[in-house]
Amino acid sequence: MSSLWEYANPKKFMQTSAWMLPGVSIAAGVCLIVGLVWGFFFTPDDFRQGSTVKIIYLHVPSALMAINAWLMMLVASLIWIVRRHHVSALAARAAAPVGLVMTLIALLTGAIWGQPMWGTYWAWDPRLTSFLILFLFYLGYIALWAAIDNPDTAADLTGVLCLVGSIFALLSRYAVNFWNQGLHQGASLSLDKEENISNVFFFPLLICILGFVLLFVALVLLRTRTEIRSRRLKALLARERLGA
Amino acid sequence: MMPELGKYATEVLSAYAVSLIILVLFVLASLWRARRVRNELRKVEERKVQNG
Amino acid sequence: MIALLLRDLRLAIRSGGGFGLGLAFFLILTVLVPFGVGPESQVLGRIAPGILWVGALLACLLSLDRIFALDYEDGSLDLLATAPLPLEGMTAVKALAHWLTTGLPLTLVAPLLGVLLSLPAPGYQWLLITLAVGTPALSFIGAFGAALTVGLKRGGLLLSLLVLPLYVPTLIFGAETLRRGIEGQATTTPLLLLAGITLGAIAILPFAAAAAIRINIR
Repeated sequence: MSSLWEYANPKKFMQTSAWMLPGVSIAAGVCLIVGLVWGFFFTPDDFRQGSTVKIIYLHVPSALMAINAWLMMLVASLIWIVRRHHVSALAARAAAPVGLVMTLIALLTGAIWGQPMWGTYWAWDPRLTSFLILFLFYLGYIALWAAIDNPDTAADLTGVLCLVGSIFALLSRYAVNFWNQGLHQGASLSLDKEENISNVFFFPLLICILGFVLLFVALVLLRTRTEIRSRRLKALLARERLGA
Repeated sequence: MMPELGKYATEVLSAYAVSLIILVLFVLASLWRARRVRNELRKVEERKVQNG
Repeated sequence: MIALLLRDLRLAIRSGGGFGLGLAFFLILTVLVPFGVGPESQVLGRIAPGILWVGALLACLLSLDRIFALDYEDGSLDLLATAPLPLEGMTAVKALAHWLTTGLPLTLVAPLLGVLLSLPAPGYQWLLITLAVGTPALSFIGAFGAALTVGLKRGGLLLSLLVLPLYVPTLIFGAETLRRGIEGQATTTPLLLLAGITLGAIAILPFAAAAAIRINIR
C-alpha cells in the first residue's frame, strides 16, 4: 500500500475491487434495509406532515447522492485530465448513470411528497428546478460518452464537459434562487441545532444516508469493473479482427 | 404489523414503491451487464489462449 | 484574425444558412404564439418578454452546429489548427462571427417582433439592452458545445442537449432583467449578473472550446 495511485493500474483496481465489492454490497443492503424498515415502521408521524414524513428516508439520501455523484465525477475527470489514469475516466463514466438514477428518485419522491404538502406535483421551486437541470446535465454527459467511438477522445471531451458543466451548474443554482423564492424548507440536516430535525427521524435517516452512500460505492465499483472489462473486450476483438 | 399511514397512505406507499422499483431495476441492469461483459471477455480470452 | 472573421461572415451570408434561418425561426415563433395563446394583448404583453428571450435562444441554438462543422468536413479546421493564430483566438473569432450573424440581427429585429406581441412600451429599450448583453454569451457557450460535438456525424440533437442546461442562467437573468424593466423595478442586479455571465463566457469558454477541438482533431 504505497500510494493511492496504485489503483490507477487496472489490474490492481480489479483485484482490490473484487475483494471490496461483496463487503460493500452487503453493508449497503444491510444499512438500507435497517434504515428503511426503521424509518417506515418504527418512526412516528410528523405533526404537520402526517405519514408523508416517511418519504424523507428516500428523498434526502437520493438527493444528496445525486449531487455527490456529480462531485465524484468532477474529481475523477480532473484526475483523468491531469494524470491520464484510465480507471479514473471509466469511474466517472460508471458513476453518471448512478447519479442520473439518484436524481430521478429525488425528483419523483419529491413530486409525490409535494402533491399533498404543497398541493402540486411540480412547482418551479429553486431546488426542484436545479435538480431538473442536474438531470439534463447527466443526460448530456451520458449521451456524449455514448456518442463517441474512440474511448480516449470520449474521456477527454466528457472531462471538459464535466468541468464546464460544473461551473454552469453552480451558476444555475444561484440563478434559479434569484429567479424564484422557493417553497422548500431549509436544510433538514445541519450542525445548527435549531434547524435540525428531531432525533426520532434523524437516526434512521442517517442510516439511510449511509446505505445510499454504500450503495453508490458498490454500484460505481461494479460498473467501473464492467467498463474496464468492456474496454479490454473491445481491444481484444479489434486485435482479433486485425489478425484474422 | 403495517403502520397506520393515515390519509397519506397512497403517497407514502407509492413513493417507496417507485423508488425501490427504480433502484432494484437499476441494480439488476448493472449486474446483468456486468455478467454479460464478463462472460464475453472470458470467451474471447480463451480463444486467444487457444490460438496462441 | 480579422481575415478569418471576414471569411466566416462572408460564408455565413452567402450560404444563406445560419443568417436567414435563425431570423426566420424567430419570426415564425412570434407569429405563431398569438395563434396558440389567443389575441388578448394583456396576456400577450405579459408573456412577451419570456417568449422573445426563449425565441432568441432557440434561434441561436439552431445555427450552432454550423460554427465548426463545415470547416471540419472540408479540412480547413486542421489548417486553422496549425496556423500561427492560436486555437483559442480562432474559437473566439468563430463565436464572434456567429454572434454577428445571429445574435446581433436577432437583437435588432426583436423590437419589431415585440410589437407583434404587444410588448409594453417601457420594454423596448430593455429588450434591446438585455439581448445585446446576453446573446454573446449564447454564442460563446454554443461555440463550446459545437466544439465538443464537431467530430460527430449526427451531433445536432446531442449539441442541443448539451447546450440547453448551459443556457439556463443566461436565460433566467436576461428574461428577469427585461421583466423587471417593464415593471419599473430595479434592474441593476440581474443586468450586472447577465453581463458577468457574458464576460465570463467570453473569457473562459474559448479556451475550453479550443481544448475540445484539439482533442477532436488529434
